[in-house]
Amino acid sequence: MNINLTLFAQMIAFALFVWFCMKYVWPPIVTALADRKMRIAEGLAAAERGHQEKELGEQRALVLIKEAKTTAADIVAQAQKRANEIIEEAKNDARDESGRVVAAAQAEIDRETNRAREELRERVASLAVAAAEKILQKEIDIDTHRGLVDSFAKQL
Amino acid sequence: MASSDTLTAQEYIQHHLTNLTLGVHPENGFGFAHNSAEAAEMGFWAIHVDTLFFSVLLGGVFLWFFKKVADRVTAGVPGGAQNFAEWIIDFVEENVRGSFSGKNPMVAPLALTIFIWVFLMNLMDLVPVDLIPHLFAQFMSLFGADPHHVYLKIVPTTDPNATFGMALMVFILILYYSFKMKGPGGFAAELTLQPFGKWGMPANLLLESISLFSKPLSLGLRLFGNLYAGEMIFILIAIMYSGGLIMALSGGLLQIAWAIFHVLIITLQAYIFMVLTIVYLDMAHHTH
Repeated sequence: MNINLTLFAQMIAFALFVWFCMKYVWPPIVTALADRKMRIAEGLAAAERGHQEKELGEQRALVLIKEAKTTAADIVAQAQKRANEIIEEAKNDARDESGRVVAAAQAEIDRETNRAREELRERVASLAVAAAEKILQKEIDIDTHRGLVDSFAKQL
Repeated sequence: MASSDTLTAQEYIQHHLTNLTLGVHPENGFGFAHNSAEAAEMGFWAIHVDTLFFSVLLGGVFLWFFKKVADRVTAGVPGGAQNFAEWIIDFVEENVRGSFSGKNPMVAPLALTIFIWVFLMNLMDLVPVDLIPHLFAQFMSLFGADPHHVYLKIVPTTDPNATFGMALMVFILILYYSFKMKGPGGFAAELTLQPFGKWGMPANLLLESISLFSKPLSLGLRLFGNLYAGEMIFILIAIMYSGGLIMALSGGLLQIAWAIFHVLIITLQAYIFMVLTIVYLDMAHHTH
C-alpha cells in the first residue's frame, strides 16, 4: 500500500497503452465502422431505387401489354380481312376458270359436232351415191348423171 | 487457505495486502521485501512487481485482442471477435459523443483504453484470492524462497500506485488541454475570476484549486477504494474456509454471492473512470 516508483511505471505504461490504442487500434476499426455505415446507407438507397424502378417497369410493362393487345387485335382483323379477300378472289378465279372450262368444252363440243356433221355429210353423200349408183346402175350411166348427184349431195 | 495452520487471521490478511516489492532495503540491500514493514522501509524507490506485471499483462491482452481485430477488420460481415470489439467501441464512442463536445482524436481511444484496461484489472478480483498467490509461493519455494514471505497481489487496481498512476496521467492531460485550449491567461482567469468575480480572487483560487485537484484524487481514490474493499471482503470470506464445514460451506455461498455482486462493481467502476475522464477533458476543452 506504499506509493512508490510503481506510480511512475504505471503512468508510463498507461501512456504507452493509450498511444498504441490511438495509433494502431482505434482508427482502423472506426474507419471500418464508418465504411459499413456508408455501405448500408448505399444499399438502402439502392433498394429504394430498385423499388421505384420496379414500379416504373411495371407501369411500362402495362403500357406495352396494352399496345401489344391492340396490335394483336389489328393483326387479327387484318388477317380476317385478307382471308375474306382471298376467299373472294378464289371464288372469282374459280368462277372465271369454270367459265373458261365451260367455254372450252362448248367449243370442243361445237368442233366435234361440226366434225361429225361433216363426216356424216360425207358418209350420207357416199351412201346416197352408192344407193343412187345401185338404183341408177340399171337406168343411168354414171357419167351422164354425175353432175346431178353432186349438186344433190351438196344440198345435204 | 493453505497456510492457515501457521498464520493467524490477521497475518493472513496482512499477507494478502502486501505487494511483491522489489527495491533497496537500507539493511538487507537490493531484493524482494520479506514483509510489509520491509516494503515500507524501502521508501519511494521500490517497485511493486506484481502490480506492474499484471497490469502490463492485462493491458497487453487488451491491445493484443483489439490489434488482432484491427488487422483483420472488414467493413463487410464482421466475425465474432470483430463483432465483440465493435460492440465495445460503439459503446465507448457513444459515451464520448454524448459527453465530449470538442474535437480531439485522442479522447475516444483514451476512453477505450481506460474502460477495458480498468475492467480487466478489476476482473482479476474474481479469481479466488488464494489461487494464484499460493501457486506462485509454491513455485518460488522451488528456488529456495520461504513460501510465507512470498507476496503477490494479483489485482493491480487494489494498489493505489496503479489507480493514481492513471488518475495523474488524466490530470496531466487536463492541465495540458486547459493550457492549450484556453491559453495560460484563460486558464488563470478560469481559476481566479469565478465564481465570485474579480474581487473575490483568493476565495476563487482556493475553491477552483480544490475542485481542480479533487479531480485526480477522486478518480484514483474511488477506484482504489472500491476494489480494495471488494478484495478485503473476498479475503475475509476466504478466512471462513478454515472455520469448519459449516463455515466453509456458508463461505462458499457468500463468495459466490459477493462475486456476482462484484461483477457489477468492477464494470461500474471501469465505466465511471472512463466517463469522468471524458467529462473532465471536456471541461478542459471548454473556453468561456
